Amino acid sequence: MNDGPAIEVSDLHKRYGAYEAVRGIDIEVRRGEVFGLLGPNGAGKTTTVEILEGYRARDGGEVSVLGYDPARRQIQLRRRIGIVLQAGGIYSHVTPREALRHWASFYPHPRDVGEVLELAGLSEKADVRSRRLSGGQLRRLDFALALVGDPELIFLDEPTTGFDPEARRAAWETIRSLRALGKTILLTTHYLDEAQALADRVAIVKEGRVLAIGPPRELGVGASHYRVAYRGPDGALVERETDDPTALLHTLTAEALARGERLEELTVGRPSLEDVYLELTADV
Amino acid sequence: MSDAIALSWRQYRLERRMFWRNPSAAFFNFVLPLVILAGAGAALGGNQHQLDRLVPMIAGMSVMSTTFTALAYNIVFLRERGVLKRIRGTPLPTISYFGGVAANAVTNTAMQIAIVVLAGRVFFGIGWPQQWGALVVFVLVGVVCFAALGVAFAHAIPNFESTAAYVNAVFLPVVAVSFYAFDSSSAPGFVRTIADALPLKPLIDGLSGAMVTGASLASNLDALAVIALWGAFGLCFAVRGFSWEQHRT
Repeated sequence: MNDGPAIEVSDLHKRYGAYEAVRGIDIEVRRGEVFGLLGPNGAGKTTTVEILEGYRARDGGEVSVLGYDPARRQIQLRRRIGIVLQAGGIYSHVTPREALRHWASFYPHPRDVGEVLELAGLSEKADVRSRRLSGGQLRRLDFALALVGDPELIFLDEPTTGFDPEARRAAWETIRSLRALGKTILLTTHYLDEAQALADRVAIVKEGRVLAIGPPRELGVGASHYRVAYRGPDGALVERETDDPTALLHTLTAEALARGERLEELTVGRPSLEDVYLELTADV
Repeated sequence: MSDAIALSWRQYRLERRMFWRNPSAAFFNFVLPLVILAGAGAALGGNQHQLDRLVPMIAGMSVMSTTFTALAYNIVFLRERGVLKRIRGTPLPTISYFGGVAANAVTNTAMQIAIVVLAGRVFFGIGWPQQWGALVVFVLVGVVCFAALGVAFAHAIPNFESTAAYVNAVFLPVVAVSFYAFDSSSAPGFVRTIADALPLKPLIDGLSGAMVTGASLASNLDALAVIALWGAFGLCFAVRGFSWEQHRT
């Protein structure tokens, strides 16, 4: 059971009344990787993750999380996963240290509470009641509560939404350190740079379907291929897309030389994740 | 199984700690009924007959406020804040969570009944309860009944802002009808019928028997049956409709 993928999802369907939130999603998350579900709001990311977490029942398809069916809500599975919800509250009159101690008691092999406070950057606020914590500190407490059970699989639903740049970078560092510990992480985000910075592989999701899947750097392949750009004689930026950059460059440079001009700021590039994302999720 | 009990105990201790840290909850649970008791007691002067009726009425109301009102508030608050959803995602067994929450409600009720009994003994010349056994039985069945109804009623409350309105819309009329029917021999027949069908008046009858008149448990079995029936109804709806998450709008 430990050799299989951490998560397997095939042909997942979920509807809310007449609205079909998930329309046949297939993903596989390997052990030890950071997998990103990237997509605009309403794409079905949270619904998918909440089915994997055991919050919602699916209407169709197969789902396996660490070899378990999450819909059965077995305690054996819940002991091995950690969940950071998009919006999860905590008791207002309890301190982070107390909350973590309480949470730790749910798990068979919890991490040391002091260590988790340190990791989440909450040591200084460990004994302050949570109603006095800032939004960013509460978010760090979300992380800490999800980690205190020492889970092997961690779900992060939009972990940095609403963060300032500094807090985001700190959260990214935490996520990277979890990956370094060998944890498997499934994160949803609508930030491209976040997916690019953190994820080993990304699935771009829109309207309940996966549009593309792969490592962020390779995601462009098969879509718009190569992009050649330069500044024309009138100073305007010219962009050409091609499957065959060698031939295109040959033509372009030959013409320019024939006219006695230079191709200013000539670049050949692969489309970034952002280009692919915008192209795939465009409404047209 | 022993794990589940140990976790219940931990949850209970956390609930106790949070209770004492929230001054307004502690106030409404302990001080308010005492204030009403003291105020009404002073107004009645030395009229022992009326004091004999007042003390069980306040005791009954205390059971309802520490369970029905407190739980409806708490459940809606925790649900709307996302605390319940977070707990749902952990390995904490549901039974352990509710075991701790229920034990917390029992503790609050027990403390409050103790205060009312003491106040009755010290200030209102009522003496110690005549039937300790009946007192324990009625308080316990009352707690289970009103706690279950409180959790069940939380399903009907759409958001935290409207909790006070919803809870008072039930609490105040039930208290008014039950007090009126219990206290006044001239209450109209339909008021009595309604009050006897609701759980609070039977609870006050039972508490009055146990605390004041010395009526045995056996002579109040019909009252006990009404409370138990409401309890079964409440438990059924508390479990069936329970929502761990905010309502989706």
